This record gives sequence, structure tokens and C-alpha cells, in this order.
Amino acid sequence: MSPRQLWLGALVLALAIAPQLLGNFAVSLLNDVGIGALVALGLVLLTGVGGATSFGQAAFVGISAYGTAWLTTAQGASPWLGLLFGLGLTALAALAIGMLTLRLGGHFLPLSTIAWGLSIALLFGNMDSLGRHTGLSNIPPLKLGGWSLADPRSMYYLIWLLLGLAFLFCRNLMASRPGRAIRGLRGGSTLLASVGADAFRVRLTLFVLAALLAGLAGWLYAHMNRFVSPSPFDVRASIEYLLMAVAGGLGQLTGALVGSALVLILKNGLQDVLPLLTQRGGQLEGVVFAILFIVLLQRARSGLMGYATRWWRRRFAAEAAQAVPVTSTAQPLPRRALPARGEAVLSVQGAVKRFGGLVAVNDVSFDVRAGEIVGLIGPNGAGKSTMFNLVTGTLPMTAGRVSFLGQDITGLPQQRIARLGLARTFQHVKLRPHMSLLDNVAMGAHARTGAGLLAAGLRLDRREEAQIMAVARQQLERIGLAGREHELAGSLPLGTQRILEIARALAADPVLLVLDEPAAGLRRKEKQALADLLRRLRDEGVTILIVEHDMDFVMKLVDRLVVMTFGSKLVEGVPAAVRADPQVQAAYLGSSVAVQAGGSS
Amino acid sequence: MTWDVALILAIDGLANGAVYLLAGLGLVLIFSVTRVVFVPFGDVVAFAALSLAAFETGRTPATIGLVATLASLAVVVEVVSLVRAGELARIPRALVGWGLLPALPCLAAWAISGTAAPAVVRIVVAIALVVPITPLVARVALQPMADASVLVLLIASLALHFLLSGLGLLFFGPEGSRTGPLAEGALTLPGGFPLSAQVMLMIAAALVLSAMFYLLFERTVAGKALRATAVNRVGARLVGIRPARTALLAYTLAGLLAGLIGVLVAPVTTMYYDSGFLIGLKAFVAAIIGGLVSYPLTAVGALAVGAVESFASFWSGAFKDVIVFSLLIPVLMLRSFMARHDEEDAEEIDQ
Repeated sequence: MSPRQLWLGALVLALAIAPQLLGNFAVSLLNDVGIGALVALGLVLLTGVGGATSFGQAAFVGISAYGTAWLTTAQGASPWLGLLFGLGLTALAALAIGMLTLRLGGHFLPLSTIAWGLSIALLFGNMDSLGRHTGLSNIPPLKLGGWSLADPRSMYYLIWLLLGLAFLFCRNLMASRPGRAIRGLRGGSTLLASVGADAFRVRLTLFVLAALLAGLAGWLYAHMNRFVSPSPFDVRASIEYLLMAVAGGLGQLTGALVGSALVLILKNGLQDVLPLLTQRGGQLEGVVFAILFIVLLQRARSGLMGYATRWWRRRFAAEAAQAVPVTSTAQPLPRRALPARGEAVLSVQGAVKRFGGLVAVNDVSFDVRAGEIVGLIGPNGAGKSTMFNLVTGTLPMTAGRVSFLGQDITGLPQQRIARLGLARTFQHVKLRPHMSLLDNVAMGAHARTGAGLLAAGLRLDRREEAQIMAVARQQLERIGLAGREHELAGSLPLGTQRILEIARALAADPVLLVLDEPAAGLRRKEKQALADLLRRLRDEGVTILIVEHDMDFVMKLVDRLVVMTFGSKLVEGVPAAVRADPQVQAAYLGSSVAVQAGGSS
Repeated sequence: MTWDVALILAIDGLANGAVYLLAGLGLVLIFSVTRVVFVPFGDVVAFAALSLAAFETGRTPATIGLVATLASLAVVVEVVSLVRAGELARIPRALVGWGLLPALPCLAAWAISGTAAPAVVRIVVAIALVVPITPLVARVALQPMADASVLVLLIASLALHFLLSGLGLLFFGPEGSRTGPLAEGALTLPGGFPLSAQVMLMIAAALVLSAMFYLLFERTVAGKALRATAVNRVGARLVGIRPARTALLAYTLAGLLAGLIGVLVAPVTTMYYDSGFLIGLKAFVAAIIGGLVSYPLTAVGALAVGAVESFASFWSGAFKDVIVFSLLIPVLMLRSFMARHDEEDAEEIDQ
């Protein structure tokens, strides 16, 4: 048994016997901690993992709580129907809000959460059917068969059981295909699109999941307290949930539980201590909390579990390193049929890109045929990177056509193009530094597999997951990083990171690999290794288009070159011919040099 | 709705809009220079109103205690950071700047409270009293993390609002108050509509102050430094503008605006310790219409928010705030659609 399992077992045991040992007050407090942890868990996923901050999470708790309260009091329905109703309402609200706001960029998204967080809380306080500011009371307790859960002790088991299940679900999710996409969100939508995932959809799913966790908490809250009023669901409450998540640690799921316990126990302590100090103790509580939050943001943004994890890693780093050797028996994922050597893979016809008055790419046409390495070169500002973005669908084209494997891909979104078998790397490496090498590469296989959120959370995806892992291991081996699967990508030197990006692209089983300046920032040895790898890939049938600055590297590697200057195509041909071309020499060295060179020879 | 009602609502909306305009200017000023969405702005507005009300009823405003507390905190923070940096020689200056300077309006307030000082003096002192609050809380809470992401600053700023409103409750208590009118009388518009002097004063104040803002930014070195910092922090630093200094100036100016707004709204609404939050938020909607950077668009946004609020309250008093805040979502969508974001700097709180 690992120390981790030992700790977990002890924790579960302690939680199971706690109600027998503790007084009523402590049990109620633990119930609150459990409910708070559910909401905070959603926030850890949404904010910590997905990078989208919500200042309105309490509103989702409220929607579900009011939903079940209204259904069970006004309509006399069963609380279990209330659960479905509450969760359904929450999901609908989250879906609607998410579709409206999740495309917002930068700080606009968190600002919008304040807007709907406020509006929803104000609605609760102003709707007659919801009892306005007095709220709804006499909510029936939960009943399980003939057994009433009105007693906090019986409620305790339900809350902690649900919390435990929610944790398990989220933990499973994080180590799965949709989980990796969620963890990739912070890398930007271009990164996700490059592996064939739609960042907006991933974010929306995550947003609804976080809202549903809050909704579950709201249902428990309503039937535990048997009374709802607007104030526990306002922006102040949302901030308190966020405080829990930040205090516990946004980087770890356990941070939600630790943070909820920390905040609520402290709050209770303050409620006991502050009245002794001043008559207005109750008013000071908010002040103390605000100060605490600010100090936390100033000094310890990674929270308590952030510290704990770092300590744990130092202490047990040795054990983690000697990971279990894997003998994979997984069936390999189906491969794409590669086109026959010499067939046209990519065909660009008359591509034009204008930025306002500036013509960055002007009527460029070229073909890439199966099994060859084509280099796209040109002096600074020649429009290479823009051309790259047009081919991969990162930028829309002003005019012209691109077809890939005979299919017109002009105007298709990036992720669709990626799914057709065009994999790319980035000039500025886009890896998730806090994910392992294996997970980073496994992201590449996203489009080849299909496990959804629910399947992943319930562990129904294990067969496919084993296949993904086998592919990822195989790619790591291919680039010579076998045995280092569990290192963090951020700890690799830049050269290795670039090669790791290629492994991620290869995990997609691409027909065409498009590389954006792969040799930039590499040392000589690393460049040689990269060139060897690319040649090997070509021999295996992968077609490669490479945008590069480094002449030496390109000339020795490619079969054919396309030279661009000032946005237009200058020449196209084999390296030797391009090198001898006076036009190319003029473009790179200036016209006088070319003329002299031409004159003297 | 008849034309009469519409006209009354429009005038009402204009008066509200004038207040949001001033508050919006303050928010944009702070955001553009420091990247902080300064949520506690409204709290300072409330404190100004409550201070003036205290003078009128012959009490000593609790604001004195608040400012004194914040000033001592700021002195401690500043001295500790100077000692850590080994710059002991700058301590006396810090003591004067962060300790003595904020104490001056406190002394003045203490001197005139309970006396029959003329209204003008009361107003000036009430404003002066709240001016230090903004720079002081910014120094204590926000400056230590000035380089954090916009998001972290936003969270801190929200926490700061709860801190200030908590302190407000502690110092001022839950009672609301309203001051006497700043200007008596009314002007009768053609058609027999009364336009109260108070409303005219509010609109005039908004116009005059906006004009002064414009002059400050266009014609003075300090204003240009503020603009330079807003456009490019690093660039401003390279030409010798100190970001901490411009931030201090921005916070102080915003504090001044908050004080003026407090005095302007105190006679027309009953102010509680937390009434400012809603004013601040509506101004914030206006500021977002201006993308948190454009002053003219913020002004347009403020008038729009004022009008929407006024007309919404005619249809449903209870839901007017819901309507105004929900308005923010389409506005944000439009802004986000118009602005190009750099994908590269994804916000990371915990790293």
C-alpha cells in the first residue's frame, strides 16, 4: 500500500465514524463543509484547471435550491423529483449563460460572471412566487424509502457520500481524454484546435459540469436547512466559494475540500471569538475574511494544497520516478490510410491574405505531394507565417483555395482541418508545462478517440484510454523520450519541447505534418537529431511541410523548396536549383550582390 | 406612457447618468493606469455622503477613524518595505506622505465637527476626508501585487470592496442618512416641467468635471504621464515615468471624484454604508461600454445606463437593477467581439 492510499483509507474511516463521536454542532458544520466543498470542487475545475474564473457560482447553488424548494413546497412534489428539477434548471441556466458568455476573452469573462451572478440573486429577492426577500420555508426533508433524513447525522452520510462520488468522478475525468482537453484549455484555443478539439465546447461542458456540482450542493442545502432565502446565493457568497478554492489550492482537486474546511471552520471560530472582542463581532467577520483573502492573494496564490503538494513531491519524488513498467496489451488505434507516394496532399491555389491595406500573402500557389518534405522559406516579413496560418486554418483567407487530400478546406475551422489529418506544431511552443510528457502527447490523439465526459467520469473509457496511452508511449519512444513519460513538460529544455510537440502531432496519426520553425532556438546537435527524426518520418510515409529560417538546416533536409518574398512566391524547386537562383540571392542578400555574383561567374 | 412621464424619466435618467459618468471616469482612470477594476469605488462614495451627513447632524464623522486606521496600516506597510529594501533614508518622507498627509483632513474634520461651519466648508472637508481612502487601500492591498494578472487584481479588488463595506458597517452603523439639498429651487421648463436645481447641479458638475479631466489629460505633464502609463506600462517606465507614482495620482484623483459624487448624491438618495456598491456597479457597466479605457464612450455609456435604469424603474421598480446588470452581458459580448485578444497570455491565478 502506498502512503497515499493509507492516508485516504484513514480519512474515509475518520469521516465514517465522525458523527458517532462528534456533537450536533460539529456534525452540522461538517455538513456545511461538505456542501461548500462540492461548490468549490466545481470552481477548482473551472478556474484552477480550465482557467475561467466565476464570480457567480453561488447563483447556480441558488437556482437549484430555489428550484427544488419551489417544486416541493408549492407543488408538493417529492424531493427526489426536486433533485432532477433543480439540476435540470441549473444545467439549462448554465448552458444559456455559457453559450452567451464563454466566448468572451480576457477579463471580460470574469466580469460577465459578476453581472449574471448579481442579476440572478436579485431575481430571487424580487419574485413573488419565490417569496421575495423572506424566501421559502417548510421545505420537506429527504426520505429514502421509509427513512427520513431530517436529522443532520443521516444527512451527513448522504452529503459526504455524494461528495466522495463527485471527487471520484472528477478524478477519473482529469485522467482521461476529455480531462486532458480541459487541462489544455489554458494553453489557448489554438492549441486545442490543433489536436482537433473545439475549445468553446470543452469550456462549455466544463462550465455546465461546475454548475451541476453547485446545483447538487444547492439541492442538499435546501433539504438540509429546509429554508431558502436570497442572501446565501449572492455575489458575496460566490466570493466566499472562490476564497475556499483559492485557500485550498486551485491546482488540486483536494484543494476544494481543504479550502472549504479551512474557511468554514475559521468562520465558525471567528463567530465565537469576535463577539468577545467587540460588540459588532458579526460585522467584523466579513472584514477579517476580506483581509485574509487579500493576504492569501498577495502571499500564497497556490493555496494550502499547493504547499502540501510541493512538499509531498520533494519527499516522495524518488518513488514517483520509478514508475511501473507498462506492458501494453491494448489493441492499437486504427490508423489512417496514407495516400500513395507522389499523390497531391496539399494544394494551395492563389492564396491571398490582406490585413487592411497590407497584403501579407499575394497570390501564392504550391503543391505538397505525399512522402516529400517541402520547405517554405523566405526572408523576414516574406509572409511565411501568414501562409502557415492560412494552410492550418488559423487565419481566414481573403481569396484563394486550399485543398487537402482532394477536399476543399478553404474556410473550414482549424479543428476540422486537424481532424482530416493535418497536424501542426507551434513556433512558440504550446505545451502544458504542468502536465506530464505522456499526457501532453496523449492530447494529440484527441481526434482519433471519442470518450465523453460521462464515460470518462464513470471509468467506462478504460479500453480506449489504454489505447491512447499506448499511442502516446509509442510516440515518445519514436522521438527518444521513452522512460521519461512522467516528467513535467515544463521541465524540458526548449529543444526537447519542440520535439515533444512533434510527438504530440504524430499522436494524431497525421497525413501531413506542418512544422512552424522547428529548428528555432535549437543547438547544433539538437538540429541534427531533429533532421534525422524528420527524415525517418518521411521514410515511414508522413508528408512534411516545414516553415523555416535556418537555411543550412532546410537545404540539407528538404526535397523541394518554395521561396516567398514580400508576400509572393518567388521560385519553387529542388534546394540546389533554388540556391543558384539569382532572384533568391537578390531577395536574401540584396540585388547588388546578386548582380556582382552573376557578373563574375 | 405619456410624453410627460417620458420627459420626467429622461430628466431623472440624465441626473443618474451624470453620477455614473463621474464614477465611470474614476473607474476608467484607475483601470487604464493600474489594470485594477476598482470595485470599492462606490464604497468611498458612500463614505463621503455619510461624512457630510454626520457634519450636518453635528456628529464627528466615523470616517476619521477609518482614515486613521488605513493610514497607520499604510505607514507600517511602507516602512517595512523600505526597511527590507535597506532604504532607511526614505522613511521620514514615507511617514509624512502616508501618515501625516492623510491626517490633515482628519484634523480639519475633527475641528469643524459639532461647530456651525458654513455648508461650503463642510462639503470641502467631507470630500477631503475621503480622498486619502482610495490611495491608502491601494497602497496596502493592491500595490504589493501590482504585477499580478488582471484577474487576480479583480479578485483582490472585490475582496477589498467587502473589506471596505464591512468597515463601513463597523464605523457608520446600519442607519441611513440624507443631507440637506445643495441647491434650492427649480427652473420651470417650457411646458411646465420643473427642473430642480439639484439635478441641474449634478449635470453641470458632470460637464465641468469632464472638461477638467480633458484639460488635465491633454494639457498637463501629469496627465500625459497617466496616459503614457495607460498605453504602455513598460514604455512609460523607460522614459522615466514611475508606475507607482502615476498609480498613486490616479487613485487620488479617483478618490476626489468619489468624494464629489458622494456629496452630489447625498441630498437626493438616502445613503447607507453599502449604498455605494450599486452606484459603483452601474458606473462599471458604463465603463465597460467604454471598454474600461475610453473616456468618451464611458460618458455615452453612463447616460445610457442612467436612461435604462430610469425607464426600467417605471415599468418595474423591483427589476430595474436586474435589467441594468443583465445589460452588461450583451455589452460585454459586443466589446469582446470588437477587441482582439492575445491568446498567448492565458490568465493563471495560482502560478
